[in-house]
Amino acid sequence: MEQKVMIKLDGLKKYFSIEKGLIKKTTTYVKAVDDISLTINQGEIVGLVGESGSGKTTLARVILNLTKKTDGQIVIDDMDLADISSAEMKKLRSEVAVVFQDPASNLNPRQTVESSIMRPMIIHGVPKAEAKKKAKEVLDMVKMDQRYLDSYPHQLSGGQLQRIAIARALALNPKIMVLDEPTSALDVSVQAQILNLLLDLQEELGLTYLVITHDLNVIKYISDKIAVMYLGRLVEFGPTKEIAEHAKHPYTRGLLDAAPILDPHLRDREKQIMKGDPGSLINVGAGCRFADRCPYADEQCKNQMPDDVMVAPGHQVSCFHPMED
Amino acid sequence: MNKNKVKETLNECRKNANFMVGFVILLSVVLVAVFADVIAPYGVNEMHVGGKYDPPSANCWFGTDELGRDLFSRVVYGSRLALWVAFLGGSIQLVIGVVVGLACGFFGKWVDRVLSFMTDLTWCIPGTILALAVVTLIGKGLTNTIIAISLVAWASYARTVRAKTLSLKSMAFVETGKAFGESNASLMFRYILPNVVPSLIVLVSLNLPGTILSTTTLSFLGLGSQPPSPDWGLAISNGIDSINRAPWMSIFPGLALVYTTFGFNLLGEGLRDLLDPHMKSQ
Amino acid sequence: MSEELLRLNHLSIDYKVKDGYLSAVNDVNCVINKGEVFAIVGESGCGKSTVAHSIMNLLPGGNEEMHGEILFKGKDLRTCSQKEMEAIRGKEIGMIFQNPLDSLNPVYTVGDQMAEAILLDKVDKTEAWNRVLKLFKDVKMPDAEERIKSFPHELSGGMRQRVMIAMMLSRNPELLIADEPTTALDVTIEAQILEIMKELKKTFNTAIMLITHNFGLVAEIADRIGIMYAGEMIESASVYEIFENPKHPYTKLLMAALPRNTKAEGRLQTIDGSVPRITEKKPECRFANRCPYAMEKCFNEDPETVYVSEDHFCRCHLIGKEEK
Repeated sequence: MEQKVMIKLDGLKKYFSIEKGLIKKTTTYVKAVDDISLTINQGEIVGLVGESGSGKTTLARVILNLTKKTDGQIVIDDMDLADISSAEMKKLRSEVAVVFQDPASNLNPRQTVESSIMRPMIIHGVPKAEAKKKAKEVLDMVKMDQRYLDSYPHQLSGGQLQRIAIARALALNPKIMVLDEPTSALDVSVQAQILNLLLDLQEELGLTYLVITHDLNVIKYISDKIAVMYLGRLVEFGPTKEIAEHAKHPYTRGLLDAAPILDPHLRDREKQIMKGDPGSLINVGAGCRFADRCPYADEQCKNQMPDDVMVAPGHQVSCFHPMED
Repeated sequence: MNKNKVKETLNECRKNANFMVGFVILLSVVLVAVFADVIAPYGVNEMHVGGKYDPPSANCWFGTDELGRDLFSRVVYGSRLALWVAFLGGSIQLVIGVVVGLACGFFGKWVDRVLSFMTDLTWCIPGTILALAVVTLIGKGLTNTIIAISLVAWASYARTVRAKTLSLKSMAFVETGKAFGESNASLMFRYILPNVVPSLIVLVSLNLPGTILSTTTLSFLGLGSQPPSPDWGLAISNGIDSINRAPWMSIFPGLALVYTTFGFNLLGEGLRDLLDPHMKSQ
Repeated sequence: MSEELLRLNHLSIDYKVKDGYLSAVNDVNCVINKGEVFAIVGESGCGKSTVAHSIMNLLPGGNEEMHGEILFKGKDLRTCSQKEMEAIRGKEIGMIFQNPLDSLNPVYTVGDQMAEAILLDKVDKTEAWNRVLKLFKDVKMPDAEERIKSFPHELSGGMRQRVMIAMMLSRNPELLIADEPTTALDVTIEAQILEIMKELKKTFNTAIMLITHNFGLVAEIADRIGIMYAGEMIESASVYEIFENPKHPYTKLLMAALPRNTKAEGRLQTIDGSVPRITEKKPECRFANRCPYAMEKCFNEDPETVYVSEDHFCRCHLIGKEEK
């Protein structure tokens, strides 16, 4: 069965310009998202991993239309963001919901839980009585008691706040949810609750998730596919099992090696510790962004940008020398 | 639950000495202003209630002035003018400051550059001198003076609001609102502004004494309230001419002025501790 | 046979708060031996940081009440004078924190800050500088010669944490307390810092008390673990025992809550309810209200410390019964 494409990115770029100098202005670009192509099908959970500065949050903000792209194409649910009518834009706003990392700042501190959840519906013209009813419904869906409707955010715990943020995201019956580090600020036992909840909702409602996180154990657990970003580039993308067991890009390997494994018997496993820091997006060279840290880099890597190559069905990698198993 | 919250807040207020004293002082000023007709033994411009330049006595508590008017009654009526200055001045500064600050912080780019430049410019110009120029242009009088001073004094509000807006703008709940399709106006006034209010309340009560004092200064210089107004500044300036002969003519209006500004200052400091624990630690 | 370095004996810490007392740490017992990594693990608010800070005498002071003993090489640190404590701090016990930027002076270069500490040993400047350089190389600082002249803000998070570790090394302490040392760092940097800590342990035989909520970190480096819940150390054993043979229901549930596989293998275990705020001390198991196996006894009696094996203790009524 052919799956419906929910998000399609083609050559997506987002550059930020920095002006330096008072009299003789020089403009440098931060290529936060550079030439990213990616397809996400309906009902998929795609995990986006990368270190700080990899541009993963910028990518999410571009998809959410919170910041304008520099170049390339974004198609969400068959609507091209480049030529979109304002009616379609409104539809899009209701179809793509977001939950951010920090439970404490996810909700307006001066609004009650009820008005926070109702707000998106009010904007989209849902009558007040109906919005009130729906608010109770979505609170039920995230397994929270209705007595919290009148609470203010500061009266709630991190896990509760995150549930409410998810409830609000569900209010407009979205098709896509962007989850930016949804459990990073939470404790292990609460993290498990939220992950279970997200999976239950996804199955029940057939949602499509884009989950951004730096926790590889979480990503491996929750996602169907994994996308790995490094300094603004998508270096590898493929099914979770493929990536976890047959990663082709040296960076993905390094990342997987670096991730702690929850089994003390495996602590002396053979691993390659990646050297150096993630580096900066300012004034990157013409070559592969990872060349500086890559143990296998040669002249070609330093001077030329590798193209995406398909190494297995649905498994793309951007490297001149994909690794053997 | 909500009732408890109110109770707890009241309890915290009660424990804060600055807040309580400031509050009581200002409450007394407001009560005096409201019930001036009852409190004042004589009319505001009633002459010859005793002799001229009478020292304080049982009949005229604060003495009389060169026209034989009762100073106590005039100080009491003067409180109405002081509060009018605080109210009108505060409102003008607040409106300009909030609009400019929100626009700067929210829109950024050229809007921020232009408006921030204006803010900095106003900040750099000595307030009283600019106010003098404005009054000369639009004419003497108390209301004009207040407007003139407020046109200079909004800069500190704009700066605070701008800084707060900048940090709030990137917070998750604002971004989420944007992703849901909130309009810019809604983001500014529904999401950001309510979260700036606590710092604004503090700033207002700390800034008002300055506004009252500047207005008094202009009145003292003869540009603000005109005789026979019971304005405290005017009264002080009036008394200066006969400071040796009848010092009470300046002293009592001066004390009233100090009392009121002191009240605002204490209230401001108290509110800062109560509403904005971050500012306290700095 | 391992030699004992630090022993916490019935350590309790209460904070005075608005509505009475908050029991942050209650009757914690544990031993750290020379050259081993002991991890204190628990969720936020379990009191693990309070324990670490109390050892260094770094609690905010004023509104806490402390009971019990902190025996470092047989000497109770709680009875030490300010001066004795200063001598122990840094020299014998070092500490690194989650955010190294807070612990570095922003107006001096990192090299100067380290040299200053070394100069206290009455060595000349060149000697001190050489030692700093060596330490920088010990912690695998990239471009050590250049970095030594950098200011803290010019370094990345990983480099700053290296500086902190190098600084601790300069005093060559016997015990290093690491309070969430990698929480603010990326995984690849975390792996680098872990390697350094492992080497430290090997070359200098430094004991490390690791305070963390991250079980991955623990699985990678710890020798023994103490699990804390609501201020109490409810179970302690070797890392292998905890991961393979946990006894306390809380530890068991936590182990099952960790995402190790993929969603295809089933949902994660969750623990209902939330950590209680203990404002009055009464005999009870603090986990009872969330425990799926709670009995009546659990709500009215303090669970005793039961030794499952020589190096594995657990505080749970369930276990006590089993053994009897």
